Amino acid sequence: MPNTIHIPTPLRPFTDKKESVEVSGATVGELLKDLTTRHDGLKKHLYTDEGRLRNFVNVYLNDEDIRYLQKEQTPVKPGDQLSIVPSVAGGSSDDLRN
Amino acid sequence: MGLTLEAGVGDAIRAHGVETYPNECCGALYGREGVVTATYALPNTTEEGPRRRFLVRPQDYREAEKRASALGIELLGFYHSHPDHPARPSQYDLDHAWPFFSYVIVSVKAGVPEDMTSWRLQEDRSAFDQENLTHA
Repeated sequence: MPNTIHIPTPLRPFTDKKESVEVSGATVGELLKDLTTRHDGLKKHLYTDEGRLRNFVNVYLNDEDIRYLQKEQTPVKPGDQLSIVPSVAGGSSDDLRN
Repeated sequence: MGLTLEAGVGDAIRAHGVETYPNECCGALYGREGVVTATYALPNTTEEGPRRRFLVRPQDYREAEKRASALGIELLGFYHSHPDHPARPSQYDLDHAWPFFSYVIVSVKAGVPEDMTSWRLQEDRSAFDQENLTHA
């Protein structure tokens, strides 16, 4: 039984405008890998060049932040739902003092 | 590619920037097909110093997205203010940007709103493109 991933608005152009897509895997990391393999262009918005999840990308397994579970190694069960939820951040200056 | 702000939208963004000055404000942009018809002010929850940073937490983002579904319109992007800085995106803005969203920036100098601009992340994340911003 596949798992579903909820896709946030800015990433839906990569998933044919679908709000959720079906993926397969045994861990959170495998589900995300399946997602980025099936949908071209998503990977660079989720991962840094070094292959780490970007810090403004939040991933929830059934409403639990994976940072408080076993991160990408968190095992998933059939029917578990994953959500990608953005943090939106920015600022006027790269120097916090100026 | 361009963004149109319907009557009252630009004023709402400027007013929010003035209200939170000297801190940054932030909020969601709603509409359809490049036309912003409504805004939704969000709390700036940064812990890095709100004069130079803003943060929309994931729980607030979720609410913003749910609101779009409830209203039957699209979440088109986000706005924020640059207190005493120009309305141009910083490297920090670039590093944290999401694709396909419009990022509206209003400069607020000494408590007075000045320039307003809009930007979109390039596909390869290397830079922003400035969008033509019009007021209906």
